[in-house]
Amino acid sequence: MARLLVVDDSKVVRKVARRILEGQGFTVTEVGDGAAALAACRAALPDCVLLDWNMPVMNGIEFLKALRAEFGPDRPTVVFCTTENDLDRISEAITLGAQEFIMKPFDEAILLGKLAEVGIA
Amino acid sequence: MTPQGFAVFAEVLRAGSGLAIGPDKLYLLETRLAPILRAEALRDLDALALLLKGGGRPALTRAVVEAMTTNESSFFRDTTPFTHVRTQALPALHAARPAGAKLRLWSAAASTGQEAYSLAMILHDLRPLLAGREVEIVGTDLAREVLARAREGLYSQFEVQRGLPVAMLLKHFRKEGEMWRLAEALRGMVRFQEANLLGDLRPLGRFDLIFCRNVLIYFDPPTKARALEAIARQLAPDGRLYLGGAETVLGVTDRFAPVPGDRGVYALAGASAAAELVRA
Repeated sequence: MARLLVVDDSKVVRKVARRILEGQGFTVTEVGDGAAALAACRAALPDCVLLDWNMPVMNGIEFLKALRAEFGPDRPTVVFCTTENDLDRISEAITLGAQEFIMKPFDEAILLGKLAEVGIA
Repeated sequence: MTPQGFAVFAEVLRAGSGLAIGPDKLYLLETRLAPILRAEALRDLDALALLLKGGGRPALTRAVVEAMTTNESSFFRDTTPFTHVRTQALPALHAARPAGAKLRLWSAAASTGQEAYSLAMILHDLRPLLAGREVEIVGTDLAREVLARAREGLYSQFEVQRGLPVAMLLKHFRKEGEMWRLAEALRGMVRFQEANLLGDLRPLGRFDLIFCRNVLIYFDPPTKARALEAIARQLAPDGRLYLGGAETVLGVTDRFAPVPGDRGVYALAGASAAAELVRA
């Protein structure tokens, strides 16, 4: 079963995402910012990162750039999950190497549908 | 509600939309018809049933039927049928048809338009393959309100995240306030019109691909058979019918046969040679 890293500075969002993902049998690790996420990826590269945009220490875009520079363009799969919802922001995230984009608020159907879209099942 | 009142609703819904309801659906009547009771200042469902009885209030009857119709829809719902259209059905039909012949696609319970527009997005992607061939998409529904929404092509943030890959969102939508508007070019590819699957479908003409997904599950067996008979008359001999995952023609009609290996895809029975053409 796929291993997911949930990166969000909101404990509530992490808790909701963990409940949904573990309910599907995914293995879930969670951290609260981009720097901690990069450290987690170096320790054990997940199959997919569910990534918030606005976070302290290192934001989602900074993390994504560092991740792609270090691990290449394809792995792990990155799905943004953020309150950002302007086309320019979405386009920026995809251009920098995210595979999908979830605009908060989300529900279980949206989260699982987007993961299925990028082949995480 | 009295059994007589319930019988009035059951008959109105059966005749108006084919919807079959049993006593276990009483809660649905209560929740979905509450706004009509308020608007008409009626005290309960029995009072509404009295007004409907005899058919003297067509506008009210229509409002009841529309309120009871399920209008759930999403882009690329269930993925598989759309993959079949993109990778098999449309390329095969394009190869089989003479140059200049128009292809026609029908979303037979179009609701708020996501299914028809998903087909439009596929056609947009396949423009190089189709090499200028004209393709018409028709979306029909019996509910005027949802058709008006479909024509607008305006969707909430939730709706554009259900089934729609972000690449399609970026390519075909623009933000309007908190809503998302489908590009005019794609809206222009679909013609929405009112039609009842239990009415006369002949004016719609013949189609090469028909999507009638998650509609028949609400019908009783005789109504399913009647609808499928009518749909069969509108399908080209080598065309394809797409039903929902929980639906089948088996035991309902012998006009269609499942396409082997393609779950949810059906061909006209007896059209095996033509069916092979589209499978090729």
